Amino acid sequence: MIFRALVTALAALAAGCATEPLQTAPVSRDRVILLPGSDGSTGAVDVRQGAQSAVLDTPYASAGAGSDGALTVGEADAAATRERFAGALSALPPAPVSYTVYFVFAQDELTEESRKAIAPVLDDVARRPAPEITVIGHADQTGAERINDALSQRRAERVKEMLVQRGISPERITAASRGAREPLVRATEGAAEARNRRVEISIR
Amino acid sequence: MTRRSTILLLGGLLAAIALDAAAADVGRIKVTAGDAFVEREGKRIPAAVDAGVRASDTVVTGPNGSVGITFSDNSRVSAGPNSTLVLNRYNFDQATHEGAFDATLKRGTLAVVSGRMAKLSPEAVKVRTPSMILGVRGTEFLVYAE
Repeated sequence: MIFRALVTALAALAAGCATEPLQTAPVSRDRVILLPGSDGSTGAVDVRQGAQSAVLDTPYASAGAGSDGALTVGEADAAATRERFAGALSALPPAPVSYTVYFVFAQDELTEESRKAIAPVLDDVARRPAPEITVIGHADQTGAERINDALSQRRAERVKEMLVQRGISPERITAASRGAREPLVRATEGAAEARNRRVEISIR
Repeated sequence: MTRRSTILLLGGLLAAIALDAAAADVGRIKVTAGDAFVEREGKRIPAAVDAGVRASDTVVTGPNGSVGITFSDNSRVSAGPNSTLVLNRYNFDQATHEGAFDATLKRGTLAVVSGRMAKLSPEAVKVRTPSMILGVRGTEFLVYAE
């Protein structure tokens, strides 16, 4: 008896369910969460979902489909977000950086200050996984173009040597030179300018 | 050298350049953990640190896997466990910083720190999920896709 009642009840329930409006496509659970930038600023992401759009521009602003399927903007919990995305965040490669070292007038010798400053740069490169390095040599605007081109190339090669001495494979390092064509500081034509006698080291 | 052989040589050279451009690495794997693969031309290659990434690769991770890639414009992308990331398009001009980056996270989790091309042009960088299209204006963000 009880069994029969149960079956009837279940049948009624099933019939009730069947008369409910059929749900169309399931609501997407895709989400995007904006992070505060490591440089202190927060950028922006334009979000589009079908014809709807939103802009995220505050830390931990989040967008995705709401329960009704419409694009909804909210704010995610910082700690919960870090935990949920721990796997991806832990695999983020170190941020690319660049350094500048300076040279003695007309030579490929580092200034005393830069000789000291280059040690932590070499340490940084040695710590990075699969580092890719570009060194670009520059000269100031004194002297002939031909001499500056050669000098800036020698400066770049000097920095490359230092990196190789630290155990970095030469294939990881691209050395280039720009002569006096890309001064850091605009100086009068032909003027000696210490800040332009440099090598830029970019590491990623 | 005859004219004919010069033409043949030039043709061969151009073909080699075109082939090289198609196969060029646009990024490099810097971090991997657990089961992680790169799918390329129907083949599945284990993801290894220092391996190159190409513009039409797909990155796949298992339940304990993750992969971190740095691209030539200094943008960084990392996929967490159970993820599939399809690279649709990538090009970047080192001189002008112009380029395009377009990728789809089919499932899983993704962290993105945009690089040089997003700084220059807000239209350049797009990340898609099955339901959303994200236009990136120089920033760091996370994406989840089901």
